Amino acid sequence: MSDQLTFTYEIDGEDFTRAGEASSTVKNKLKMLGVDSDAIRKVAIAMYEGEINMVIHADGGTITVTVSDNDITMVLADRGPGIPDIDKAMQEGYSTAREEVRSLGFGAGMGLPNMKRFTDEMRIDTAIGQGTTITMRVLL
Amino acid sequence: MKLEKILELPECRTLSEGDPNREISRVFCCDLLSIAMGKAPADGVWVTVMGNKNTLAVASLTDTACIVLAEGVSLDEGTLAKAREERIAILATKLPVFDIALEIYQAGIE
Repeated sequence: MSDQLTFTYEIDGEDFTRAGEASSTVKNKLKMLGVDSDAIRKVAIAMYEGEINMVIHADGGTITVTVSDNDITMVLADRGPGIPDIDKAMQEGYSTAREEVRSLGFGAGMGLPNMKRFTDEMRIDTAIGQGTTITMRVLL
Repeated sequence: MKLEKILELPECRTLSEGDPNREISRVFCCDLLSIAMGKAPADGVWVTVMGNKNTLAVASLTDTACIVLAEGVSLDEGTLAKAREERIAILATKLPVFDIALEIYQAGIE
């Protein structure tokens, strides 16, 4: 695998039950590419958390996944409200999710911490009222 | 222990068979999908009362081998069809979470 492969997904902000489809698709593609199974698990979990966040908080967005020889990079970009306090958002257990989301089993305040735990690098760029872009990297 | 041993448990109804020959790693109990996402072990048996489409998505992404729905919880037919397609086993039981988890453990998981 010497070329970079890039996949792009539009995330629908309306449909909570479909959240996770992009992550599943990426997982299957990485399997077919023969990527190490630990790395696939990390990418799948981190991307799913990000995808769910985009649906819960930002009315969807775009996810771009790039696979190279050395790493897998995920860029999750939304036009949501932005994150006012990143330190707080990174705390386990802190959540601003709506009650209906919690009743489905989400909104426990584990999303961003899980994303950090399962990736080797994570960067958050956010602007209030404009949106958030999260870049995550898993080394191969 | 192979998954087929759990499929044989008398208190469980099989809704999706998965891969009976799959080797099981551990039993895991959790109802918060946010926590399960980070903690569910690969090839594990996950006991939960949270039965919705997202339960299957989390199981699929964490490489869970089998979901056990406790307390009489069930899943809609569309989600079950997807589980069969992805070869993830789904069992349903009337037992509470702890009781069925203990039974699975005693059936042979260390």
